[in-house]
Amino acid sequence: MSVAALPEARPGARVGWPVVLLALLAFAFLAHIAVGAKTVPLLTVVEALVAPADGEFDHIIIWSLRLPRAVAAVMVGAGLAVAGALMQGVTRNPLAEPGLLGLLSGASFAVVVTVGFFGLAAPGWIPLIAAVGALAAAALVWVIAAHAGGGSTPMTLILSGAAVTALLAALVTLVNLLDEQSFEQLRVWLTGTLAGRRVETLLWAAPWMLAGLVVALGAARQVTALSMGDDTAIGLGVDVARLRLLILFAVVVLTAGSVAIAGPMGFVGLVVPHVARMIFGHDYRLIVPTSAFCGAIFLLLADIVARMALAPIEVSTGIVTALVGGPVFVWLVRTRL
Amino acid sequence: MAIDDDLTYQRTSPSGSAIDKVGLIAEGMSAGYNGTAIVKALDFAAHAGELTALVGPNGCGKSTALKAMARVLPVLAGRVAVGDLDVHRAHSRTVAQSLALLPQAPVAPEGLSVRELVAQGRFPYQSLLRQWSADDAAAVDAAMNAADVSQFADRRVSDLSGGQRQRCWIAMVLAQDTPVLLLDEPTTFLDLKVQVDLMQLLQDTARAEQRTIVIVLHDLNVAAAFADRLVMMKDGRIVADGAVADVFVAARLEAVFGLRARVIFDPESGRPVCIPMAAS
Repeated sequence: MSVAALPEARPGARVGWPVVLLALLAFAFLAHIAVGAKTVPLLTVVEALVAPADGEFDHIIIWSLRLPRAVAAVMVGAGLAVAGALMQGVTRNPLAEPGLLGLLSGASFAVVVTVGFFGLAAPGWIPLIAAVGALAAAALVWVIAAHAGGGSTPMTLILSGAAVTALLAALVTLVNLLDEQSFEQLRVWLTGTLAGRRVETLLWAAPWMLAGLVVALGAARQVTALSMGDDTAIGLGVDVARLRLLILFAVVVLTAGSVAIAGPMGFVGLVVPHVARMIFGHDYRLIVPTSAFCGAIFLLLADIVARMALAPIEVSTGIVTALVGGPVFVWLVRTRL
Repeated sequence: MAIDDDLTYQRTSPSGSAIDKVGLIAEGMSAGYNGTAIVKALDFAAHAGELTALVGPNGCGKSTALKAMARVLPVLAGRVAVGDLDVHRAHSRTVAQSLALLPQAPVAPEGLSVRELVAQGRFPYQSLLRQWSADDAAAVDAAMNAADVSQFADRRVSDLSGGQRQRCWIAMVLAQDTPVLLLDEPTTFLDLKVQVDLMQLLQDTARAEQRTIVIVLHDLNVAAAFADRLVMMKDGRIVADGAVADVFVAARLEAVFGLRARVIFDPESGRPVCIPMAAS
């Protein structure tokens, strides 16, 4: 019997999937660390992680460069996938995700302006600035969609998301032209990259993203009820307004943390939850944790491709995720709208 | 208006728990959208063991009234109560253990199986600390049996026909195991035979399990054939409320619906049936 056919059981009762996903994640994580300009054997990777030796060249590379990058991929992949899953559940819009609804561009615009323009670059502030930007963009998209003829439908939401994204992209370009020098370093970041992540950035983003994940896991059962419509959810005893606020918090901090680490990484939040849903059914108690796993695995693999495909030139990870996500987006529009 | 004695009784739910607070009352209830009252100072009571049908012309406020009674809409004035429980003041999850709602045209998420959908009815009994239990499983099985959807348990809701799907939704609200059930036009867009089967199921449920069922209907003859009580609304007010034979008379159909019809009686059931007449 497939997993989806076992319905009311607690997620914990389905023992198979955590083991499989954990194994896949461990493999992708180790492989991600192993490959690169100088490929390190998997055994050396494990050795370096378990018992690092002072002065061992491979171990130094792994700890100072590759491990932070792998951890960043796990955080960003899991964060964006969970944010996308929550948005799709709460809006009942299969295309909802941080990128298409403007949250990524809002967060990155806020970061670009504060870092590039005002020179404020303390890493502790970046997640908060990104959160403010994401929240403002989400509010703007929602207001535009709500005032569109016919109200807030899946299509008007996506269109106003596209409009806000385009506007913010134009503003970023404008700011860029005014001060090309200080934007040189932000240019790559704006395509979504995991290169050169500082451990400090990860540490500042981690508590926010962890809080978002905890809220997401705690609210997952109510998200399933809300995905059946507001009236049905109210009938079942869900406090819909409170739930929406909680989910907004989780989505914003997960998105902001991801942007602070890797810039706007598109399509992860779109593709991964749909894959999780195909495999694990429609219960958000399963979709949230499996999306986190699948998102981490997906971004680790995408980042391996980004580093290896045109080696020694490195492609931005965001370009790889967009190349995978674009066709999935087209497929979703054709089948789900 | 006090709660009459006949609204209070002992009933045993399918899963065995005794439920003694029953009947639904609305007192002076006004409700509407954006602060404008569509339903005005409604006094309404539904009794246990009865199927009460709310009927009226389009825009009369019958669905608005049902939504307000189900706390989907806030009340602008008055109160709604199930036993001692104030529907709009009490904790929403507590209310959901006493009052279930099947909204108009509900949406089943893609890929959800029938059993998963019905299991959602157990939402009000679960929390982070109290997870899925044997009681929940028993209530879901009982509800699926009652609504006759057990044979579809593992199929996707989206793959079923309209009538089968509606039975699944009814199973979900039955699994909620509440003394009061509110249903908003559950028979719309269904074949007549399917409508009849659904109404029979609801009538049986009301009587056998002593539940209070309030249903908004727009088909007058279906309402007349199955309801125990008929409540007619017009312009946000109740204009007639009583036994079907007393309410369902030609003069009132004309006054409320503007419908000229002959009302005859089914010799078998004694139920009234209206036959519309050509416009004069």
